[in-house]
Amino acid sequence: MSGQPRKRLEVEELGDIAVVNFLDKKILDEQNIQLIGEQLFALVDNDKKKKIVLDFSNVDYLSSAALGKIIALNNKVKKEGGKLVLCKIKEDIKEVFTITRLDKLIKIVDDQQAALQAAS
Amino acid sequence: MTDPASDTTAFEAVEVVIPSDPAEARSVQDRIELSLAASDASERDIFCIKLALEEALVNAIKHGNQLDLSKSVSISYQVLRLSFEIRITDQGPGFDPDDLPDPTAIENLERPCGRGVMLMRHYMSDVEYYPPGNSLRMRRDFKPKQA
Repeated sequence: MSGQPRKRLEVEELGDIAVVNFLDKKILDEQNIQLIGEQLFALVDNDKKKKIVLDFSNVDYLSSAALGKIIALNNKVKKEGGKLVLCKIKEDIKEVFTITRLDKLIKIVDDQQAALQAAS
Repeated sequence: MTDPASDTTAFEAVEVVIPSDPAEARSVQDRIELSLAASDASERDIFCIKLALEEALVNAIKHGNQLDLSKSVSISYQVLRLSFEIRITDQGPGFDPDDLPDPTAIENLERPCGRGVMLMRHYMSDVEYYPPGNSLRMRRDFKPKQA
Protein backbone atom coordinates (compact mmCIF):
# COMPACT_ATOMS: atom_id res chain seq x y z
CA MET A 1 0.00 0.00 0.00
CA SER A 2 1.20 3.49 -0.73
CA GLY A 3 1.59 5.98 2.08
CA GLN A 4 -1.14 8.31 0.81
CA PRO A 5 -2.35 10.24 3.87
CA ARG A 6 -5.97 9.65 4.85
CA LYS A 7 -8.34 12.40 3.80
CA ARG A 8 -9.42 14.39 6.86
CA LEU A 9 -11.49 17.02 5.05
CA GLU A 10 -14.28 17.18 2.52
CA VAL A 11 -14.02 20.24 0.32
CA GLU A 12 -16.87 21.61 -1.78
CA GLU A 13 -16.30 24.50 -4.15
CA LEU A 14 -19.10 27.04 -4.29
CA GLY A 15 -17.94 29.60 -6.83
CA ASP A 16 -14.63 30.92 -5.57
CA ILE A 17 -15.33 29.81 -2.00
CA ALA A 18 -14.00 26.53 -0.61
CA VAL A 19 -16.40 25.04 1.95
CA VAL A 20 -14.59 22.60 4.19
CA ASN A 21 -16.23 19.90 6.32
CA PHE A 22 -14.17 18.06 8.91
CA LEU A 23 -14.51 14.28 8.70
CA ASP A 24 -13.33 13.78 12.31
CA LYS A 25 -15.62 14.25 15.28
CA LYS A 26 -12.60 14.65 17.54
CA ILE A 27 -9.78 16.88 16.35
CA LEU A 28 -7.39 15.83 19.09
CA ASP A 29 -4.70 13.46 17.90
CA GLU A 30 -1.46 15.19 17.08
CA GLN A 31 -1.01 13.19 13.87
CA ASN A 32 -4.56 13.97 12.68
CA ILE A 33 -4.12 17.63 13.52
CA GLN A 34 -0.91 17.67 11.52
CA LEU A 35 -2.69 16.16 8.51
CA ILE A 36 -5.66 18.50 8.87
CA GLY A 37 -3.24 21.44 8.97
CA GLU A 38 -1.43 20.24 5.84
CA GLN A 39 -4.70 19.71 3.96
CA LEU A 40 -6.04 23.12 5.03
CA PHE A 41 -2.82 24.92 4.10
CA ALA A 42 -2.80 23.16 0.70
CA LEU A 43 -6.11 24.88 -0.10
CA VAL A 44 -4.28 28.20 0.02
CA ASP A 45 -0.80 27.17 -1.14
CA ASN A 46 -1.70 24.70 -3.92
CA ASP A 47 -5.32 25.35 -4.85
CA LYS A 48 -4.93 29.13 -4.48
CA LYS A 49 -8.16 29.47 -2.52
CA LYS A 50 -8.50 32.82 -0.78
CA LYS A 51 -12.05 32.46 0.56
CA ILE A 52 -12.52 29.54 2.91
CA VAL A 53 -15.50 28.48 5.04
CA LEU A 54 -14.88 25.88 7.77
CA ASP A 55 -18.06 23.99 8.69
CA PHE A 56 -17.79 22.53 12.20
CA SER A 57 -21.12 20.70 12.29
CA ASN A 58 -19.39 17.33 12.62
CA VAL A 59 -16.92 18.38 15.32
CA ASP A 60 -17.51 17.46 18.98
CA TYR A 61 -14.03 18.01 20.41
CA LEU A 62 -10.96 19.99 19.53
CA SER A 63 -7.73 20.80 21.31
CA SER A 64 -5.52 23.86 21.51
CA ALA A 65 -3.26 22.26 18.88
CA ALA A 66 -6.24 22.26 16.48
CA LEU A 67 -6.90 25.90 17.34
CA GLY A 68 -3.27 26.55 16.41
CA LYS A 69 -3.82 25.17 12.90
CA ILE A 70 -6.95 27.31 12.43
CA ILE A 71 -5.05 30.41 13.56
CA ALA A 72 -2.18 29.57 11.19
CA LEU A 73 -4.71 29.12 8.35
CA ASN A 74 -6.30 32.46 9.23
CA ASN A 75 -2.88 34.13 9.13
CA LYS A 76 -2.15 32.53 5.76
CA VAL A 77 -5.51 33.51 4.24
CA LYS A 78 -5.18 37.07 5.55
CA LYS A 79 -1.71 37.34 4.01
CA GLU A 80 -3.24 36.45 0.64
CA GLY A 81 -5.91 39.10 1.10
CA GLY A 82 -8.64 36.46 1.54
CA LYS A 83 -11.25 35.59 4.17
CA LEU A 84 -11.71 32.71 6.59
CA VAL A 85 -15.14 32.16 8.13
CA LEU A 86 -16.18 29.48 10.64
CA CYS A 87 -19.75 28.22 10.94
CA LYS A 88 -22.06 25.65 12.55
CA ILE A 89 -19.96 25.36 15.70
CA LYS A 90 -21.59 23.47 18.58
CA GLU A 91 -22.07 25.48 21.78
CA ASP A 92 -19.39 23.62 23.79
CA ILE A 93 -16.85 24.19 21.04
CA LYS A 94 -17.92 27.80 20.52
CA GLU A 95 -17.03 28.39 24.17
CA VAL A 96 -13.44 27.36 23.39
CA PHE A 97 -13.26 30.14 20.78
CA THR A 98 -14.88 32.63 23.16
CA ILE A 99 -12.66 32.05 26.19
CA THR A 100 -9.53 32.16 24.06
CA ARG A 101 -10.94 35.31 22.39
CA LEU A 102 -10.35 33.80 18.98
CA ASP A 103 -13.89 34.91 18.13
CA LYS A 104 -12.34 38.41 18.02
CA LEU A 105 -9.71 37.28 15.54
CA ILE A 106 -11.71 34.98 13.27
CA LYS A 107 -15.19 35.55 11.85
CA ILE A 108 -17.67 33.07 13.31
CA VAL A 109 -21.29 32.84 12.15
CA ASP A 110 -24.14 30.43 12.85
CA ASP A 111 -24.99 28.85 9.52
CA GLN A 112 -23.40 28.13 6.16
CA GLN A 113 -25.51 30.70 4.31
CA ALA A 114 -24.22 33.47 6.56
CA ALA A 115 -20.70 32.09 6.19
CA LEU A 116 -20.89 32.20 2.40
CA GLN A 117 -22.10 35.80 2.55
CA ALA A 118 -19.35 36.76 4.99
CA ALA A 119 -16.68 35.10 2.84
CA SER A 120 -17.75 36.64 -0.47
CA MET B 1 -21.91 0.93 57.13
CA THR B 2 -20.52 2.47 54.00
CA ASP B 3 -22.71 5.06 52.39
CA PRO B 4 -22.78 4.07 48.69
CA ALA B 5 -23.46 7.67 47.75
CA SER B 6 -20.40 8.94 49.61
CA ASP B 7 -17.94 10.90 47.51
CA THR B 8 -15.13 8.82 48.94
CA THR B 9 -16.40 5.85 46.92
CA ALA B 10 -13.91 5.52 44.13
CA PHE B 11 -15.27 4.16 40.89
CA GLU B 12 -11.69 3.81 39.87
CA ALA B 13 -8.31 4.70 41.36
CA VAL B 14 -5.37 4.04 39.08
CA GLU B 15 -1.64 4.65 39.02
CA VAL B 16 0.10 4.04 35.74
CA VAL B 17 3.41 4.93 34.11
CA ILE B 18 3.40 5.28 30.32
CA PRO B 19 6.13 5.98 27.76
CA SER B 20 6.02 9.33 25.93
CA ASP B 21 3.74 7.91 23.26
CA PRO B 22 0.47 9.67 22.37
CA ALA B 23 -1.17 6.28 21.63
CA GLU B 24 -0.47 5.14 25.21
CA ALA B 25 -1.95 8.39 26.51
CA ARG B 26 -5.02 7.82 24.34
CA SER B 27 -5.71 4.44 25.91
CA VAL B 28 -5.48 5.97 29.41
CA GLN B 29 -7.89 8.70 28.30
CA ASP B 30 -10.33 6.11 26.92
CA ARG B 31 -10.23 4.21 30.20
CA ILE B 32 -10.87 7.40 32.19
CA GLU B 33 -13.82 8.26 29.95
CA LEU B 34 -15.40 4.86 30.56
CA SER B 35 -14.98 5.28 34.29
CA LEU B 36 -16.44 8.80 34.22
CA ALA B 37 -19.51 7.48 32.46
CA ALA B 38 -20.16 5.30 35.51
CA SER B 39 -19.90 8.26 37.92
CA ASP B 40 -22.19 11.25 38.41
CA ALA B 41 -20.25 13.20 35.79
CA SER B 42 -22.54 14.95 33.31
CA GLU B 43 -21.87 15.13 29.59
CA ARG B 44 -20.57 18.63 30.23
CA ASP B 45 -18.20 17.35 32.95
CA ILE B 46 -16.90 14.67 30.60
CA PHE B 47 -16.41 17.22 27.80
CA CYS B 48 -14.44 19.52 30.14
CA ILE B 49 -12.29 16.73 31.57
CA LYS B 50 -11.52 15.32 28.12
CA LEU B 51 -10.34 18.69 26.87
CA ALA B 52 -8.22 19.41 29.96
CA LEU B 53 -6.77 15.91 29.97
CA GLU B 54 -5.81 16.16 26.31
CA GLU B 55 -3.98 19.43 26.95
CA ALA B 56 -2.21 18.13 30.06
CA LEU B 57 -1.03 14.89 28.44
CA VAL B 58 0.10 16.61 25.24
CA ASN B 59 2.04 19.08 27.36
CA ALA B 60 3.68 16.26 29.34
CA ILE B 61 4.57 14.09 26.33
CA LYS B 62 5.38 16.74 23.73
CA HIS B 63 6.63 19.76 25.64
CA GLY B 64 7.84 18.05 28.83
CA ASN B 65 9.40 14.85 27.53
CA GLN B 66 9.91 16.10 23.95
CA LEU B 67 8.36 12.84 22.61
CA ASP B 68 11.42 10.97 23.93
CA LEU B 69 10.24 7.36 24.26
CA SER B 70 12.91 6.66 26.87
CA LYS B 71 11.16 9.14 29.16
CA SER B 72 7.92 8.33 30.91
CA VAL B 73 4.83 10.06 32.23
CA SER B 74 3.41 9.08 35.63
CA ILE B 75 -0.34 9.32 35.92
CA SER B 76 -2.47 8.72 38.98
CA TYR B 77 -6.17 9.45 39.03
CA GLN B 78 -9.32 8.86 40.98
CA VAL B 79 -12.85 8.92 39.66
CA LEU B 80 -15.16 9.56 42.60
CA ARG B 81 -18.91 9.91 42.51
CA LEU B 82 -18.74 13.69 42.62
CA SER B 83 -15.27 14.54 41.39
CA PHE B 84 -12.36 13.57 39.23
CA GLU B 85 -8.77 14.20 40.22
CA ILE B 86 -5.56 13.46 38.37
CA ARG B 87 -1.85 14.00 38.86
CA ILE B 88 0.44 13.94 35.84
CA THR B 89 4.23 14.11 36.10
CA ASP B 90 6.68 14.13 33.21
CA GLN B 91 10.48 13.90 33.17
CA GLY B 92 11.07 17.24 31.53
CA PRO B 93 12.72 20.30 33.09
CA GLY B 94 9.37 21.87 33.96
CA PHE B 95 8.21 25.46 33.40
CA ASP B 96 6.72 28.35 35.32
CA PRO B 97 2.97 28.28 34.61
CA ASP B 98 2.64 31.83 35.97
CA ASP B 99 5.14 33.13 33.45
CA LEU B 100 3.23 32.28 30.27
CA PRO B 101 2.20 35.06 27.90
CA ASP B 102 -1.53 35.82 28.08
CA PRO B 103 -2.91 34.13 24.93
CA THR B 104 -5.97 36.40 24.98
CA ALA B 105 -3.89 39.61 24.76
CA ILE B 106 -4.43 41.32 21.41
CA GLU B 107 -0.73 41.02 20.52
CA ASN B 108 -0.80 37.25 21.15
CA LEU B 109 -4.08 36.32 19.45
CA GLU B 110 -2.36 35.38 16.19
CA ARG B 111 0.15 33.11 17.92
CA PRO B 112 -0.76 29.52 17.09
CA CYS B 113 0.25 28.07 20.48
CA GLY B 114 0.17 28.73 24.20
CA ARG B 115 -3.50 28.10 25.03
CA GLY B 116 -3.35 24.68 26.70
CA VAL B 117 -2.78 25.79 30.30
CA MET B 118 -5.48 28.44 29.97
CA LEU B 119 -7.99 25.85 28.73
CA MET B 120 -7.12 23.47 31.59
CA ARG B 121 -7.67 26.23 34.13
CA HIS B 122 -10.99 27.14 32.55
CA TYR B 123 -12.37 23.62 32.32
CA MET B 124 -11.22 22.23 35.67
CA SER B 125 -12.25 23.33 39.18
CA ASP B 126 -8.63 23.48 40.31
CA VAL B 127 -5.24 23.16 38.62
CA GLU B 128 -2.03 23.21 40.64
CA TYR B 129 1.54 22.91 39.40
CA TYR B 130 4.41 21.63 41.52
CA PRO B 131 7.99 22.87 41.17
CA PRO B 132 9.85 22.70 38.88
CA GLY B 133 6.61 22.69 36.88
CA ASN B 134 6.81 19.15 35.46
CA SER B 135 3.99 17.90 37.67
CA LEU B 136 0.40 19.01 37.99
CA ARG B 137 -2.69 18.02 39.86
CA MET B 138 -6.11 18.97 38.56
CA ARG B 139 -9.63 18.32 39.77
CA ARG B 140 -13.16 18.83 38.53
CA ASP B 141 -16.16 18.68 40.86
CA PHE B 142 -19.48 17.39 39.56
CA LYS B 143 -22.92 18.59 40.50
CA PRO B 144 -24.92 15.80 42.18
CA LYS B 145 -27.54 14.32 39.88
CA GLN B 146 -31.14 15.03 40.93
CA ALA B 147 -32.80 12.02 42.56
